[in-house]
Amino acid sequence: MRVAAQFLLLALASGASPAYADWQLNMPRGVTEISHAVFDLHMIIFWICVAIAVVVFGVMFWSIFHHRKSRGARAENFHENTLVEVIWTLVPFVILIGMAVPATATLVKMYDSSDAEVDIQVTGYQWKWRYQYLGEDIDFFSSLTTPREQINNEAPKDENYLLEVDNPLVIPAGKKVRFLVTAADVIHSWWVPAFAVKKDAIPGFINEAWTNVPEPGIYRGQCAELCGKDHGFMPIVVEVKPQAEYDQWLVDTRAAQAATAAAASQVLSMDELMAKGEQVYNTACAACHQTNGQGLGSVFPALKGSKIALGDIEAHIDIVVNGKAGTAMQAFKDQLSAVDLAAVITWERNAWGNNVGDKVDPATIQKLKEGTE
Amino acid sequence: MNTLTRTIEHTEQHGPAEGLSRWFFTTNHKDIGTLYLWFSFAMFLTGGCMALMIRAELFQPGLQLIEPGFFNQMTTMHGLIMVFGAVMPAFVGLANWMLPLMVGAPDMALPRMNNWSFWILPFAFAMMLSTLFMEGGGPNFGWTFYAPLSTTYAPPSVTFFIFAVHMMGISSIMGAINVVVTILNMRAPGMTMMKLPLFVWTWLITAFLLIAVMPVLAGVVTMMLMDIHFGTSFFNAAGGGDPVLFQHVFWFFGHPEVYIMILPAFGIVSEIIPTFARKRLFGYASMVYATASIAFLSFIVWAHHMFTVGIPLMGELFFMFATMLIAVPTGVKVFNWVATMFRGSMTFETPMLFALAFVVLFTIGGFSGLMLAIAPADFQYHDTYFVVAHFHYVLVPGAVFAIMAGVYYWLPKWTGHYYNETLGKVHFWISFIGVNLTFFPMHFIGLAGMPRRIPDYALQFADFNMVASVGAFIFGFSQLIFLVLVIKTIRGGDRAPAQVWEHPQGLEWTLPSPAPYHSFVEPPEVK
Repeated sequence: MRVAAQFLLLALASGASPAYADWQLNMPRGVTEISHAVFDLHMIIFWICVAIAVVVFGVMFWSIFHHRKSRGARAENFHENTLVEVIWTLVPFVILIGMAVPATATLVKMYDSSDAEVDIQVTGYQWKWRYQYLGEDIDFFSSLTTPREQINNEAPKDENYLLEVDNPLVIPAGKKVRFLVTAADVIHSWWVPAFAVKKDAIPGFINEAWTNVPEPGIYRGQCAELCGKDHGFMPIVVEVKPQAEYDQWLVDTRAAQAATAAAASQVLSMDELMAKGEQVYNTACAACHQTNGQGLGSVFPALKGSKIALGDIEAHIDIVVNGKAGTAMQAFKDQLSAVDLAAVITWERNAWGNNVGDKVDPATIQKLKEGTE
Repeated sequence: MNTLTRTIEHTEQHGPAEGLSRWFFTTNHKDIGTLYLWFSFAMFLTGGCMALMIRAELFQPGLQLIEPGFFNQMTTMHGLIMVFGAVMPAFVGLANWMLPLMVGAPDMALPRMNNWSFWILPFAFAMMLSTLFMEGGGPNFGWTFYAPLSTTYAPPSVTFFIFAVHMMGISSIMGAINVVVTILNMRAPGMTMMKLPLFVWTWLITAFLLIAVMPVLAGVVTMMLMDIHFGTSFFNAAGGGDPVLFQHVFWFFGHPEVYIMILPAFGIVSEIIPTFARKRLFGYASMVYATASIAFLSFIVWAHHMFTVGIPLMGELFFMFATMLIAVPTGVKVFNWVATMFRGSMTFETPMLFALAFVVLFTIGGFSGLMLAIAPADFQYHDTYFVVAHFHYVLVPGAVFAIMAGVYYWLPKWTGHYYNETLGKVHFWISFIGVNLTFFPMHFIGLAGMPRRIPDYALQFADFNMVASVGAFIFGFSQLIFLVLVIKTIRGGDRAPAQVWEHPQGLEWTLPSPAPYHSFVEPPEVK
């Protein structure tokens, strides 16, 4: 097994394998200058370890083979040698200094987030990411889109299983982009391996990170800090676009956000609300309250037959819009549009045998949203 | 003089009490050592079952067996039980059995406290395990229990978890005080500090680490308790608190803690290799100084667990350099073990096999530790399976293999019987294959980008996860061989003489096997 392990280690050393091949052994080299520097550091320290391993294990196995009693070896008496001991204290020390120099240089570069051309605030929520483009009036949430059926093995899994979202983060190619990373509830960690960016998202703190991606493309990552039940289900997708396409995206996204806000004044029928509500429920609510509305234990209570879903509509709207302090129930007023909120509350009051029969108008929600801001 | 002789004769005839009360009320270091070791083994199997549940769920992508919420409870409990229930009590058990025999003392210095420090543990762990059956489930925030996930967002059972940690802390501190007092005050005449066996030295230093950091752990869980129940905001940003403070305090405990789990292992291996290489330990003095340096450094490296929390550049550099420095004394230890084997006359009984595997596999864990020390590279490794591979290499084929090596080495002294060598070797080889099959592929899935503590993963991680799961089941079930072997050895087997092995060093081998219930009633003379 040791031989096999050693063999695998050598295979690992044989350079960067194409990203995300099966049986992948090594770290992907990434796409930015920083990720290349990090990859080089990783390979240098790895080879240093291999060299030391060859020497130390070499002597050890040579002794095991030759200096064994069954081969008639007789033990010698030596048990100290000051010169040797000084040498093997100093040599590693010198190697470490040699390693510390490039590591320090790279770290200094990684910490220099000055002169960024785009600033994006990244906020971790249980279990989704929020991206706010500072000065651009763009603000959206990004959640997992992998269907429950795939996770529960009821449907074949797609290529990007667990690494796909509804609204990816979009950034321009060849520009220095600064991320201001924070969190709204517990600690998360925003990680995109291809950029070698991993920064903890901590409530009450704003951490800085940056990247500059030369080539357009789609890059995927995951939350890297245990943040509760669905920690494994809050991926990150970054779409890097050429400047012109990025500018167009900014215009389109602003227009779409304005249209969503304007939609708050429309009046929808019960059927329209119910159809939309089911959809919203499945992306925003089902992870905790479950698709069948039966919840998960006492932390994530059932909505089917619940006092809130069957009771006073004002109270129901309040808990969805503003959340419930000290519990896992978040405030959804920033996460969902007025139409979505109206639809999902209507759905909760009329699904799974909850037959209250009333509906919520987007305008009511819009008034609440404006009132709280 | 006459009275003294009579007292000694009296004590020598005084055997263990009958029945269960022997175990409940015992103040005998050998009985308490045995209790610790059995308790530790029971916890090892309990935590192991949880690990197998985790590996079964991760056998394939998708959710098959357990819900994500329960998965988090399993990773949390597995970590807590293995650290506080399996590894630490096993070392305390070995210390109880061996320290008095090694320094030539009749018993531990504080025998009644010894009884208490053991008997706290079953209650602490019963309380902790009971949280799994409580409303809202058990602790689900990882064994590192970062706030505010473990405070504002924790299940109600967290209060029981906090109380259980307090009890474990009290037990550890009392155990550590006992070790320090025994070693400093009860050495036989002529046993100077620089003649102490290395297992004694490493335990002395470990005990000081325990006394230094267990109160810090108690402090941090108390702050959690205050935040949860008494309206303080130590870790609550909304109340002006600081979630990062939690991590600083936790890792100020946590980093010395990982050395608490490895220093006694160094000691055991340093006893075993000279015996089976038939050659004195190379560089005894440098071993002692290296252990002390590692212990000192362990207090100034804690933030290398926090490279990604956004500490300032200067802080990041300081902790990177200090961490890299640990490689120097650790390297000295490995070089000394290899130099001890060099030009020796080696045989490969089971304790030696485990000790050799320890040297190789612990060193591999050390290498990945050195890689993790490089802060820019750590941004890629942090919180991935690479870290999981790293600390399992130093803890399983590191600490756990050393504990098993120690049990095989001293079992004939404890029971008076040799264990079955063939069965021991079978146990070793299956464990060795299983452990590498489990943890080596984790390096690869970590480098490929799989975060730790997730119940389901993207498809590109599937192959090596399957290998790791197969390895875990092989390793897990092979420990039943160990159980059978130990029970068989207790019940019978070839009679072991006082020396047990060929010319082992140390006072424990001057006593008959099994060691009498009360030993060294008159102190031996060490020349």
